[in-house]
Amino acid sequence: MFEQLINGLTQGSVYALLALGFTLIFGTLRMVTFAHGEIYMIGAYVGFEMIRLFAPSFVLAIMAALVITAILGVVVEILAFHFLRDAPHVTSLLVTIGISILLINLTQLIWGPETKSIPYALLDKLDYGEFEVWGVYITYLQIAVLTVTVLLMAFLYLLINRTKLGMVIRATAQDYEAAYAMGVNVNVVFSTAFAIGSMLGGVAGVLIGVYYNLFYPTMGQLYGLKAFSASVVGGLMSLPGSVVAGLLIGVVETFAVELGASSMRHMVSFLFMILILLIRPGGLFGGRELIQARGD
Amino acid sequence: MPTFIRTLLANLPHIALLALALILPAIIKNQYHLQVVIFIGIYAILVLSLNLLNGYVGLLSIGHAAFYGIGAYASAKLMMEAGLNFPLAMSGAGLISAGFGYLLAKPTLKLSGIYLTLATLGFNMILFLVLQSWMRFTNGPLGIMSIPAPSVFGWEITEKVDYYYLILFLVVMTLFSMQRLLKCRFGRALLAIREDQLAAEAMGVHAARYKTQAFVLAAFYAGIAGSFYAHFVKFISPDSFYINESFILLAMLALGGQGNLIGPVVGAAILILVPEIFRSLQEYRMIVYGSVLVIMMLVRRQGLLGGKAYSLRLSYFDKKKEKEYIRGDKFLPEEQG
Repeated sequence: MFEQLINGLTQGSVYALLALGFTLIFGTLRMVTFAHGEIYMIGAYVGFEMIRLFAPSFVLAIMAALVITAILGVVVEILAFHFLRDAPHVTSLLVTIGISILLINLTQLIWGPETKSIPYALLDKLDYGEFEVWGVYITYLQIAVLTVTVLLMAFLYLLINRTKLGMVIRATAQDYEAAYAMGVNVNVVFSTAFAIGSMLGGVAGVLIGVYYNLFYPTMGQLYGLKAFSASVVGGLMSLPGSVVAGLLIGVVETFAVELGASSMRHMVSFLFMILILLIRPGGLFGGRELIQARGD
Repeated sequence: MPTFIRTLLANLPHIALLALALILPAIIKNQYHLQVVIFIGIYAILVLSLNLLNGYVGLLSIGHAAFYGIGAYASAKLMMEAGLNFPLAMSGAGLISAGFGYLLAKPTLKLSGIYLTLATLGFNMILFLVLQSWMRFTNGPLGIMSIPAPSVFGWEITEKVDYYYLILFLVVMTLFSMQRLLKCRFGRALLAIREDQLAAEAMGVHAARYKTQAFVLAAFYAGIAGSFYAHFVKFISPDSFYINESFILLAMLALGGQGNLIGPVVGAAILILVPEIFRSLQEYRMIVYGSVLVIMMLVRRQGLLGGKAYSLRLSYFDKKKEKEYIRGDKFLPEEQG
């Protein structure tokens, strides 16, 4: 039971990371990105290559993934948002769908469609074994995943709430025209927010990639969509909301498998999303009025 | 000139196209080429139905393959297990699909645009997962095999040519019915909602109701296409109705152009023909679709045949109505003849 809870939390914390990225991007740019799952996938592949080519080190993999996904994020932002600021937001959404298709298939061309794994010799150096607490086995890998996620969430919280950059992002999210009038360079803020969101996705990719040791081109699709529904469940604009929703979905999924409804596993998040949309479109913590006033 | 001849002259391009379509099997002898043409027909119906939402009401559905899948499974099941004949199974498939469309649209249409889009996505994913895991009903990932060939009132459809004429009939019916629908009060209401929902509602257009109706209709057409697909390929599995399929439809619509009836057909035809003609491109099919989406949206957002000038016009039916409109209305083509 406790073991399943830990598994669920590990899984859920990664959903939460991805959902945070979605929420940050939607909150600032008011744009839904479908390329997020693919940025996660690219992050995972970058981590994989780093570990395979250079050293079996978590830190190195994460650092490399951060850099690459940040650059990728800015590229996606420029393609899908920068040129299409005045277009209906449907247009940006279609561009991100196109980018996601492109990224999946380019990855397939470069790395091949088959599933890749880190060789065991290298993995042994990463995987520091497991320990026992009250008769429950917890792997160090799980601890690492949870630690990194919590650290990143704390970092994001401080960044948004305590720094000047965070203030600028919040101002732009509220009203970018007003922020622009106050001398904020909104273009840079949009790119930055997108880059930060993408970096969160990239790290999530490395974590899950190493955790399951499976890398394949479509690995981001389901994860991206699940994280996306976590973001909707959390309210689409609320950072704490997406963390809670991500964790909730992870835990419920794991327990669904535990209770024998393994076919329900992937459905949980989407059912949650539809339900929330029907009953409480503002998300778990959002008010109904708030979301309708936001319009678009 | 007598009205009849004028009508005939005004419709000459359409008549010529239809005649060409009718004799096409005589020109294309290769069975495989004919199959490609049949697929263009299936996708034309699908993209047209998506266009009804995307192009006319301005609702973005990114899970349209769900209704395609519902139609395919419903039709196969109705024919194989309920023992219905083909026309009944096909209409049943369309109705069941429309029913699901209603169930999805009714509660979600009250939400603003982006939330509906998300709901369609969630619906597509849930449908895919249900098809994949409900072993007893859908046979899971293995899919349903050996779906019977259709027969319409004694006309046994076995050869590719027969299938070709059936899909031609369906495409023409789709175009015709859509053209009629979009010319009447319903279509004008949809356009009004697309242009400005607030203003439309102020003029007394019940936006939520019209949107629901459009959604149900789009689901119906997609269901019909799904039914044809099931009986044509004779094998269906959940993979054919994954969100990738929805994305392909979106790419076709983006390429062809929305808001008219010719664009979707052209878009479907190009995106099916291009990978077929350039055999070496087959591997990069999805890359072509992805690039088309990105490039079209950045360069020519309204699609190749965007704008309203190309809308199909059946002058014989439209003639009386048009006189009632004020000339120069931007939704009406210039009067011909």
